[in-house]
Amino acid sequence: MNIKDVENLAQLARIELGEEEKKDILSDMESILGYIKQIEEVKIENIKPDYNLRNVWREDKEEVCEFSSELITGQFPDAQDGFLKVKKIL
Amino acid sequence: MIDLENLTIKKARKALDEKVFSAVDLARAYLVEIEKKNTELNAYLEVYDDVLEQARQADERIAKGESYPLLGIPLAVKDVILIKGRKVSAASKILENYTASYNATVIDKLKKQGAVFLGRTNTDEFALGSSTENSAYGATKNPHDYLRVAGGTSGGSAAAVASLMALGALGSDTGGSVRLPAAFCGIVGFKPTYGRVSRHGLIAAASSLDCIGPIAKTVEDAQIIFDAIYGHDVLDSTSITDTTYSKPPLKKIIGVPWDLINQEGIDPEIKENFKKTVKSFENLGFKIKDIKLPNCIALYYIINFAEVSTNLARFDGMRYGLHKDGSNLLQDYFLTKGSGFGKESRRRILLGTYVLSAGYYDAYYGKAQKARVALRKEFRELFSEVDLVLTPTSPIPAWKIGEKSDPLSVYLADIFTVTANIVGVPGISIPSGFVQIGDKKLPLGIQFMASHGGEDLLFKIGQEFESIKDGP
Repeated sequence: MNIKDVENLAQLARIELGEEEKKDILSDMESILGYIKQIEEVKIENIKPDYNLRNVWREDKEEVCEFSSELITGQFPDAQDGFLKVKKIL
Repeated sequence: MIDLENLTIKKARKALDEKVFSAVDLARAYLVEIEKKNTELNAYLEVYDDVLEQARQADERIAKGESYPLLGIPLAVKDVILIKGRKVSAASKILENYTASYNATVIDKLKKQGAVFLGRTNTDEFALGSSTENSAYGATKNPHDYLRVAGGTSGGSAAAVASLMALGALGSDTGGSVRLPAAFCGIVGFKPTYGRVSRHGLIAAASSLDCIGPIAKTVEDAQIIFDAIYGHDVLDSTSITDTTYSKPPLKKIIGVPWDLINQEGIDPEIKENFKKTVKSFENLGFKIKDIKLPNCIALYYIINFAEVSTNLARFDGMRYGLHKDGSNLLQDYFLTKGSGFGKESRRRILLGTYVLSAGYYDAYYGKAQKARVALRKEFRELFSEVDLVLTPTSPIPAWKIGEKSDPLSVYLADIFTVTANIVGVPGISIPSGFVQIGDKKLPLGIQFMASHGGEDLLFKIGQEFESIKDGP
């Protein structure tokens, strides 16, 4: 790994990093990835990854929910006429 | 004066029902302790301003003749569990001013019983750590030695219970976060079977590993809290029922992974304390069987990083929480995440992004998933031979605050606890004695794991151990 890799990951994850921190993270990541690399040596015979996926349904009926819409909309960082306001995307 | 030192939930229930003291008296006694100790220990991030009002309502219900195991019992809640209308921050700057808009299912259940919530407790940010040092609001100190960590991530909850600032608490356990701080603070921590307790309203760390669990002074108290919060919940799609797992017949055999315990890096005094503990179970008539367990740290952290990076992606400053304004939408994201997340969160987000990225996915995440399936299969076979697996809870006693600057060395402290989360089985940490370091006595803990759905067995063996440890 090098600084470019860290920058690329930070770009993908949308996190701003300072120059010093990039170096710190690079060294931490090298040591952590060096350790977890040992997963490569684990021998597994013919096991299919079993994500245990199944649908969990519930009845589609109206129920009273305890959600407070005032509490939700009141925490929008920016709002207009009760709508959440964000900067333009395109 | 209420004797908080020797008080348990069980005893408090009796005293409240017999009107020896009121819920208000009890809550006030805990508020006095909090007032005395919390500034130093930093166990609570917030003490609620309506504690006495909650207690007064509990007294009214008691006066009407109602009785629930937790009616009027003062509890602490880890700062990752939502209580409607109250702040919850996951000990992060990114949620510093966030107010919950609904109750977690566990909170609804506790409210129904009339438990009194004292406040929200400190944790590693987003429950990522092993020591509560990763909190954006400072580390929680260990009540047994203020220079040392309380363990993590539910360090605030554990320190609150151990220092008599709460009678019991809720924590969450992703890789040992209830059991490890319980061991470091000399109390009981319980991690249920995956899916046994609803996570609706728990701020997610790693969703395939997270569990909510009780922290208490005794095994019986932990069971009382567990009994109040478990159960199937339609709002949590991973929720299980009483009949999801069948119970294997008891064999009176305890499995001990000696290879893992005898390796280097495990504190000699912990080994010695553990061997003594094993002997005491032999004396109780249990057969001890030498079993093989792999070191699962690498496997665990790959899954943890991957799921954490996915779960934390939602904190983008758009709908709630911290928002930093940049020149365009993309800049808003960068600035908000860059300044809102602490160091360990940022590190794990990047590590998770790495193990999930094209080119590394198969080698890390894909391989880890396969190894996880293989381990689950191994455990099913293991629990056809033994009832329980016994290990120390931690390879080392509580370390000094700031002593471990290398994140990998902190991860390694989870060697005995992560396995239960990977496989989804229940586990309990019970105090097993002390180690003398200088003029301080630091608590040690042992951990039992049982097969899926084997909570009852853990409570039973835990109480048996408490009774022999305290002497006849």
